[in-house]
Amino acid sequence: MATANKTPVLSVEHVTMRFGGLTAVSDLSFEAYPNEITALIGPNGAGKTTVFNCITGFYKPTEGKIALRHADGKEFLLERMDDFRIAQHARVARTFQNIRLFSGMTVLENLMVAQHNKLMLASGYTIGGIFGSGHYRRSEKAAIDLCKAWLEKVRLIDRADDPAGDLPYGDQRRLEIARAMCTEPRLLCLDEPAAGLNPRESEELNKLLRAIRSENDVSILLIEHDMSVVMGISDHIVVLDYGQKISDGTPHHVKTDPAVIRAYLGVDEEEEEKDALAAKAVAEALGDQA
Amino acid sequence: MTAQDVAAPKAHGYDWTAIIKDLIGTAIVSLLIMVPMVAYKSVITQYSLVLVSRWTEVFVILALILGTRLAMHLFVWNRAPSPVHASAKPAGPAKASLSERIGPWVFPVLVAFAVTLPFIFHFERRPIDLGIYILTYVMLAWGLNIVVGLAGLLDLGYVAFYAVGAYAYALLSTVYFPYWFGDGIVPWAFYITLPIAGLLAACWGVILGFPVLRLRGDYLAIVTLAFGEIIRLVLINWFSFTNGPQGIEVPKATFFGLPFKAGPGGFADFFGIQHDRIYYYMFLYYVILMLALLTYFVTNRLRRLPIGRAWEALREDEIACRSLGINTTNTKLTAFAIGAMFGGFAGCFFATRQGFVSPESFVFIESAIILAIVVLGGLGSQIGIVFAAIAIMGSFEMFRELSVFQEYLPEGTDPVHFRMLAVGLAMVLMMRFRPRGFVTRRQPTVFLKERKAVSGDLVKEGHG
Repeated sequence: MATANKTPVLSVEHVTMRFGGLTAVSDLSFEAYPNEITALIGPNGAGKTTVFNCITGFYKPTEGKIALRHADGKEFLLERMDDFRIAQHARVARTFQNIRLFSGMTVLENLMVAQHNKLMLASGYTIGGIFGSGHYRRSEKAAIDLCKAWLEKVRLIDRADDPAGDLPYGDQRRLEIARAMCTEPRLLCLDEPAAGLNPRESEELNKLLRAIRSENDVSILLIEHDMSVVMGISDHIVVLDYGQKISDGTPHHVKTDPAVIRAYLGVDEEEEEKDALAAKAVAEALGDQA
Repeated sequence: MTAQDVAAPKAHGYDWTAIIKDLIGTAIVSLLIMVPMVAYKSVITQYSLVLVSRWTEVFVILALILGTRLAMHLFVWNRAPSPVHASAKPAGPAKASLSERIGPWVFPVLVAFAVTLPFIFHFERRPIDLGIYILTYVMLAWGLNIVVGLAGLLDLGYVAFYAVGAYAYALLSTVYFPYWFGDGIVPWAFYITLPIAGLLAACWGVILGFPVLRLRGDYLAIVTLAFGEIIRLVLINWFSFTNGPQGIEVPKATFFGLPFKAGPGGFADFFGIQHDRIYYYMFLYYVILMLALLTYFVTNRLRRLPIGRAWEALREDEIACRSLGINTTNTKLTAFAIGAMFGGFAGCFFATRQGFVSPESFVFIESAIILAIVVLGGLGSQIGIVFAAIAIMGSFEMFRELSVFQEYLPEGTDPVHFRMLAVGLAMVLMMRFRPRGFVTRRQPTVFLKERKAVSGDLVKEGHG
């Protein structure tokens, strides 16, 4: 792979996540590289969202290590950090499978909330802000400008003053991405951004994601079922099945990998029987040797 | 037996069989209820217990019920759905509704009224007293609004912070300040204690906050309720510190060191005017008005700062907040602390107005009333809270005045006892007709082109 000589921005090493007796993710390792789009795919229940929740700190993995590196060489061990600290310091932003916007706040307010930590500092932890310090007012203006820039990119500038809950579904998806980007992340984790979008909208999403990658210093980690999105924009695909990695490589490599085809399409019974016979034969042979 | 089902489909002409059936049914149910409750009354005479029958009353009430029900059938329930309801509301930028046009004027008008109130009522004591009473609750409700309305955390023990503020003033002004600084400090005690009371209450807010912030919803409500009770029980039982249920006499506030008393050295003497008790009440009135306005403006300012937006975002979706790097624990703690601080201010004022504090004043029902004002006003709406406070506290006071009813009521009952009943009824009616309070629309804190209010249906109430 061309990317092999780069330092990965995210390395997931031997991560296992158990819920009681259920092992949702088992001994998973993969890497995501700077300025690339890495897709995490797999059948339903393969553990993709669990991996996301581990990376963003919403779950603490049972075993393993998750490291995130910034371009300036800072390294964060995400499995040891609180979820909001991951967003704040390690700069990992995420969206949710079932959209989680602040529906009673306007579109613009949603993006302003995303810049909370920056503005909190500028307002002198509220004290300067209460007395209307000039520094805070300038920072707020800059923050609004950043919001405007993102609203233009996701084509929601005309709806800036409308409540987020009033937007149509596709717009809400794009707004959630814009909100995540307003935190100025190094790693953007998108959990099924194309779910519920029509083909035209997912084509538009492809364009947006490509633009985000090329114009910002950000890597994208993507969970997606929509193959037109996955194959269209990913640089690198990791395939999960039953919590285990079954394939890892370029879209072309993954598409032709028999393990992936088996996971997605299943194997016909005959082949399965053959497999079982072969396994039995091997077991017998080994038994004889013993 | 819902009458709508029976008679509603007939737009014109009456379905008399259905109506009569319904009336008979109503009569049966009414009699079932009334015969045991109204028809007989036991009276203890000198010698024995006598059963007195009151069938006349029963039939009068029954006639009233049936008459109303018939009138409802004839004039209300048979109406065809009106075309206004049927057609969809005009979409797009329709003419601004009445509430939106007068919206910006409500607050200035209210403030102007509040400032001139003593003059409007010709310096009478009664309206000024009522004003002080209502403004205290407006301030408390504005303080609680930060916790419940903005941050979406249900707090049933808000009165604890009110108590902390009141006892801070009582203890500091009567025991500690004279002991530390000598008696000369006492006339100034109110001004010095006011910020201290706020700070102490804020500290208690944080102390309460730490253990409970992991809890959500009902659990949070129960723990805050318990906290309120703990504070009250400590005040009752820590006799050596708080003087227990006997309470503490508190010095009255002074006009920046000038006591409101007749004779030399007093307020009237200093300004060369006739001594009158009313000056003291006017002074108190303006103090609480200033404190309430301070609460209003600070809260409004905070809403427009990142901290206020984080509170509202927390109410909308806590998980999304965390994914954006907001420290939700600190955000909740600040909401608790700042809400508590205003409670502390109000408590300090309450102590000096009463001239006496005792644990009696800080029972759970006070928390419930403050919460009721917040909910009735509309969660998060400051203007709504003013009207709710006037409605609830005003109606409480009204019941005190209703001696007219006295002659109709059985002996030994006081109309005051019915006030909670009336508030309960008002709450039920509100839940039926305006479930989100008087003012449901939320004003955005920042806008690009125009400030559009957010409909209450989209705003969440928070999950604790």
